[in-house]
Amino acid sequence: MFYREAGQFKASYQEDQQIFPIRQDRIGFWVAMAFLFLAVPMIANQYWLQAILTPVLIFSLAALGLNILTGYAGQLSLGSAAFMAVGAFGTYNFMLRIDGMPFLVALVLGGLCAAAVGILFGLPSLRIKGFYLAVATLAAQFFIVWVLVKFGWFSNYSTSGVITAQQVEIFGFAFDTPLLKYLLTLVIVCVFALFAKNMVRSATGRKWMAVRDMDVAAEVIGIRLMGTKLQAFAISSFYCGVAGALYAYMYLGTVEPEGFNLDLSFRILFMIIIGGVGSILGSFIGAAFIVLLPVFLNVVMHTSIGAFVPPNIAANLELIIFGGLIVFFLIVEPHGLARLWQLAKEKLRIWPFPH
Amino acid sequence: MAREIGEVILDLQNISLRFGGVKALTDISFNVREHEIRAIIGPNGAGKSSMLNVINGVYHPQEGTIIFRGEKRREMEPHMAASQGIARTFQNIALFKGMTVLDNIMTGRNLMMKTNFLHHALFWGKAQREEIEHRKKVEEVIDFLEIQSIRKTPVGRLPYGLQKRVELARALAAEPSLLLLDEPMAGMNVEEKQDMCRFVLDVNDQFGTTIVLIEHDMGVVMDISDRVVVLDYGKKIGDGAPDEVKNDPKVIEAYLGTSH
Amino acid sequence: MTFFFEVLIGGLLSGVLYALVALGFVLIFKASGVFNFAQGAMVFFAALTFVGFTEVLPGWTGLAEGGRAVFWLAFLLALGSMIVLGIATEKVVLRPLVNQPAITLFMATIGLTFLVEGIAQGIWGTSVRGLDLGIQDEPIMWVLDRADMIVSKFDVFAAAVALVLFIVLALLFQYTRVGRALRAVADDHQAALSVGIPLKHIWAIVWGVAGFVALVAGLIWGARNGVQFALTFTALKALPVLILGGFTSVPGAILGGLIIGASEKLAEVYVGPFVGGGIESWFPYILALLFLLVRPEGLFGEKHIDRV
Repeated sequence: MFYREAGQFKASYQEDQQIFPIRQDRIGFWVAMAFLFLAVPMIANQYWLQAILTPVLIFSLAALGLNILTGYAGQLSLGSAAFMAVGAFGTYNFMLRIDGMPFLVALVLGGLCAAAVGILFGLPSLRIKGFYLAVATLAAQFFIVWVLVKFGWFSNYSTSGVITAQQVEIFGFAFDTPLLKYLLTLVIVCVFALFAKNMVRSATGRKWMAVRDMDVAAEVIGIRLMGTKLQAFAISSFYCGVAGALYAYMYLGTVEPEGFNLDLSFRILFMIIIGGVGSILGSFIGAAFIVLLPVFLNVVMHTSIGAFVPPNIAANLELIIFGGLIVFFLIVEPHGLARLWQLAKEKLRIWPFPH
Repeated sequence: MAREIGEVILDLQNISLRFGGVKALTDISFNVREHEIRAIIGPNGAGKSSMLNVINGVYHPQEGTIIFRGEKRREMEPHMAASQGIARTFQNIALFKGMTVLDNIMTGRNLMMKTNFLHHALFWGKAQREEIEHRKKVEEVIDFLEIQSIRKTPVGRLPYGLQKRVELARALAAEPSLLLLDEPMAGMNVEEKQDMCRFVLDVNDQFGTTIVLIEHDMGVVMDISDRVVVLDYGKKIGDGAPDEVKNDPKVIEAYLGTSH
Repeated sequence: MTFFFEVLIGGLLSGVLYALVALGFVLIFKASGVFNFAQGAMVFFAALTFVGFTEVLPGWTGLAEGGRAVFWLAFLLALGSMIVLGIATEKVVLRPLVNQPAITLFMATIGLTFLVEGIAQGIWGTSVRGLDLGIQDEPIMWVLDRADMIVSKFDVFAAAVALVLFIVLALLFQYTRVGRALRAVADDHQAALSVGIPLKHIWAIVWGVAGFVALVAGLIWGARNGVQFALTFTALKALPVLILGGFTSVPGAILGGLIIGASEKLAEVYVGPFVGGGIESWFPYILALLFLLVRPEGLFGEKHIDRV
């Protein structure tokens, strides 16, 4: 009764194409934005900013990247973490080797490196589909990490490939506190989320989804499979690459190639499965869920309930819960938490008078 | 009738298609004239769908030539056929299940869209103008096929008959000059068939679109088509006006069987 | 030259192990069309369960530690656990996902991987265990004397076990009723159902057999390298094996395993030093990837024609 579109008429196609066609959604969106930009800096402490909010945002961006490829274009990848690594090491080298390189430019260039590598490893998608492709992307995962470890040039010859992120300055202004890093990450992630939303609601996104849903039909109406798939690989890897760079510069400070391992790739995949495959909002929900779950479990383990869980189980509870949730979501709600949110909204339209 | 049947626009010469050792089509020749409705009929497995797949480049025949609007070719990719103005529908509906009706039809216009993903990411100025311009065209198709009320519904939720109509809409959105319809009326009840017949005739009449259609319902075929090709076991056994074909002993044999 | 053959033989024998893991994938893929990413985790689960039982059984039953009785009892119990795990997977995870896109099933088995690993370690703990099958990993003197080559006893034993397993399975599929039913199911579920083949039983049998194969693979792997979490990563190498061999072909899995095993060892020894070593970690995947570009259906897989 309070959330509905009654009385809101669309007089032009432009109005009909808005991201949030329903006024209440628009209000909700701006309230959320105000909360993230204004309220969070005032109430959140260092721990929350540094250990939770910033990584959630960064993983949201990585999940967005994977969602573009898997959720929208239908190409499963198990190598997202490797593309993050390319972005992180790319950005690092641009910062290191070019004097006075502005951080944001290095970030984009790092993303472009990831995109280029993404295209390379996307090439097999022209001939293979589904889990064949998934296995092929494992090649990217193992090969890229190996290259970054073995060739010292990428990490400026540090031991075992560890890199330490340089100080980030934009127009002479240093981003060196958790709050500033959070805000910079938030701005970057919001901008890329908007770009992603715009792409998926226009011809680009329709091409991706057409290839995902029925590739032969897509070809018959004039969509070039090769171009479309490689484009999805490139853009997806770009997003992952930027996320990887932020992971190094805004979150951890020092990273090593082994940090971008298969486990991280799986985690990002789990984010989109639980959050919602083919949903921008779902990428954010999924990232928040996967980052917060271990924190939550940790808290539970240190309270009275934890005393009843045998230590053997407790250590592996995270694995069991992750695995169990993936299976549960795929069976019960393959479109993830984002879909549940949508269903809740549909219920809300008629609430509290369902008839 | 306003339309006038014109020159030959599509000429298929000695087409043979094999899958491994299986001969799907053997030495088939026929042509299609501008503005006509050309039906392909034949028993199941006669190679009708394969024929359409050859015309729009999904299958590549091993032998033979295809001349479309004066251009000779044997092999081409489906997207090239699309850019030459060939659109089609499929026997088993091939809609994009995860997308809304509107988005499905909008994809039909992808070849006419000139903006790239960078424009789309910004969704500003040119990209937005183009989106609206094409939306208007798509709305015309939606009006034409009378599916206004379902435009925002995901196609997966629609009943079969409507899905077929949406598929036709997607093909029409490309403003094709040659439209290939693979059993557009299969599995429909009488009313739905009547609607579909009307749409097919209207498309042919109002837009002058040349139509090649596969259909099992002989009543429909005889009523709406100008010329009919009959295939059996991958071979052509009849070709001509509906009345000629109907009385051709070879065709009757293929359909009814005769004692030898 | 001797060195080359040593490397080659060592590679081929480790390839046998990849083939064993791949065989489990192929069995399940053939029968239920599921690409079971969790097969590696199941190998780990099997080995850990076996070792776990050998540790606790003497305490429970009073049997002599490390004795034959404990071995076989632990083997049977582990086999039972694998069958239960397989059937549970089939019922709880895969049955509800019937008719979902293959990619959804694949992702579900990735979730299953985590679940199985978590459960195995939750029950038996996370420490690295040794596993002793009573065969020493030492050179066969006979070969060393005559050909001056080092060939491990253990590797030969492993290859022999694998060979016996392959032959038994091949005979089983070719000449028994169950085998025939299984081939029918692999060909066409609907058709098999319509002629009265009890699909559910067949699936249960296949998961049981896959569990058995996983157990054998797990024992050999575990005895070789110790039972530890890293086993799950080594088992991932079965995936490029499958790409090479084709997902539906048992001979393909064997040949693919041998090719991957031999080529990765040879590459490591002869190419590795020039690029800093450690190329074993990715070599099979890149090889499989390049192979896919040439022949997407694998060595023995069937060519797929898209029907529209």
